[in-house]
Amino acid sequence: MTDAPETFEFDAEGRKRAEAEIAKYPEGAQRSAVMPLLDIAQRQCGGWLPMPAIEYVSEYLEMPAIRVLEVASFYTMYNLKPIGKHFVQVCTNLPCWLNGSDNIMKACQDKLGVRSGETTEDGEFTLLEVECLGACVNAPMMQINDDYYEDLDSGGTAAILDELRAGKTPKTGSQLARFTCEPLGELTSLTHQEDLRAQKTAGKVNS
Amino acid sequence: MLKDQDRIFRNIYGLEDVGLTGARARGVWDGTKALVDLGRETIIENVKASGLRGRGGAGFSTGMKWSFMPKDVGERPHYLVINADESEPGTCKDREIMRNDPHKLIEGALIASFAMQANAAYCYVRGEFFRETEALQRAVDEAYENELIGDNACGTGFKFDFYIHRGMGAYICGEESAMIESLEGKKGQPRMKPPFPANVGAWGCPTTVNNVESIAVVPDILRRGADWFAALGRPNNTGTKLFNISGHVNKPCTVEEEMGIPLKELIEKHAGGVRGGWDNLLAIIPGGASVPLLTKEMSSTVLMDFDSLREVRSGLGTAAVMVMDQSTDVIRAITRLSRFYMHESCGQCTPCREGSGWMWRMMERICAGDATPAEIDLLEEVTKQVEGHTICALGDAAAWPIQGLIRHFRPLMEERGRGAQPVAAE
Repeated sequence: MTDAPETFEFDAEGRKRAEAEIAKYPEGAQRSAVMPLLDIAQRQCGGWLPMPAIEYVSEYLEMPAIRVLEVASFYTMYNLKPIGKHFVQVCTNLPCWLNGSDNIMKACQDKLGVRSGETTEDGEFTLLEVECLGACVNAPMMQINDDYYEDLDSGGTAAILDELRAGKTPKTGSQLARFTCEPLGELTSLTHQEDLRAQKTAGKVNS
Repeated sequence: MLKDQDRIFRNIYGLEDVGLTGARARGVWDGTKALVDLGRETIIENVKASGLRGRGGAGFSTGMKWSFMPKDVGERPHYLVINADESEPGTCKDREIMRNDPHKLIEGALIASFAMQANAAYCYVRGEFFRETEALQRAVDEAYENELIGDNACGTGFKFDFYIHRGMGAYICGEESAMIESLEGKKGQPRMKPPFPANVGAWGCPTTVNNVESIAVVPDILRRGADWFAALGRPNNTGTKLFNISGHVNKPCTVEEEMGIPLKELIEKHAGGVRGGWDNLLAIIPGGASVPLLTKEMSSTVLMDFDSLREVRSGLGTAAVMVMDQSTDVIRAITRLSRFYMHESCGQCTPCREGSGWMWRMMERICAGDATPAEIDLLEEVTKQVEGHTICALGDAAAWPIQGLIRHFRPLMEERGRGAQPVAAE
């Protein structure tokens, strides 16, 4: 976790990216870039937005700080307090719940020793129960930082957290023998791609 | 069953090359200039004639929507906004288009934008879809490098830019006017209509908002002909559709099928059937969290299209099919959806802001067996006070699943509360 800095400004890369974002919008509408700029700032701050970053973006875009704070507090992906290095977000909405997201949540709580909304003492993990993440045919699933882990079970969830703690890179996407959102096993449509499907899922085992 | 040759999304599972070479091998960007050269009116007429209805949930005629844009570009430029804020629980179809067949979307965006004389399209992608955004951006970069889009898109002389705007976690931004607000750098709170976006949209300019799937099917409609598309499905419910089948099925999946496919056939052919067999079915939500559920009896015969589902007082919505077997506590399931709407209410309109929380708390009472039959009546009454009394449809969406539950499972709700005592007046 990062402590609140007293000042903030974009690093060279951040500035470059910010300029590219502003250029997307019509002239005079640079305020439209407030969302991407806050995201750039958040990434630079280790996953959250301290006030100096919000004030910096407001000056950068020449808009009132309150308008920027309004945006930062309206959208759930902006974190207004520090989060762990690994931000574990478990979906518990209907399709995930039907397929056992309660067990996934429990596996995370047991493994990390924290409840939803809390961060481990070592600052490695923040756990959060979230709304639908839009991977419903691969339920249950969780998002950790920018990646989705899908078709989970309790054991697999715990294993992913162990790997992250050990500094490894767990396999993202479906944890079953699926490539993406096709049905498990033989294809029922686009059947001419069956060989491709078999190839691409060959190394994957169903748990 | 839809034949493979009639499928539009021929790489929906991402098994083939996602890049430009693979896309071209599947026919994307083939003779796009000739499609643009058909001219604006012909393109719009063809989209109208195909019967394409918006794939984002509301099901409004796409061609008709395009025709609401001003005929000529005045002082204000026109914009196309593509709704990729896919957040309706159960729905995960646009995700697959963006990561597995992104060139189809970009080609469709060019043609749609030309038809509406928009020199720029903004694709609003939900923020959690970070990897999908990367995949789409790679395709956009390829399209620029190959001059398929840019100052002289496909050699047509038409200037066309495609920009991605990432959302940051707000279901409400899937509502078109909230999306426009968000694109302007504000909180995503829906606007009053009129004025409609076709007149005053993004940055005060004429704007049309279309769903990803609606845009992505347009090139195939023009290439294969409006007649081809219109011949699939049933009148007023034409074409193919991406279905997401989740919940208690043996093989959850996304699949492109013909509109109007029987729900039972869809589940049995593609999703390996209901867990424990069809007789083990309790209920199905056929079109994303917002639409009322269907009982097993209804599910056995209903067709998956706009009109058939409306006839049984539900809806096709986003065609996200959520299957619940007999082991499901269906009251708990709907309670979970109520919590979602409370969480996602933008707070602008009182009936939704207050009502969504109140309805959720009441659902929790019913779920816990603490509610009397009179409270179920009260809840139903409140859903009707929320429904239709808000700026956008989120209030309706919060009300409908509860109304569906009461309509079909009232005896179960009353049974749960057997012995509950009325709350004493203070």
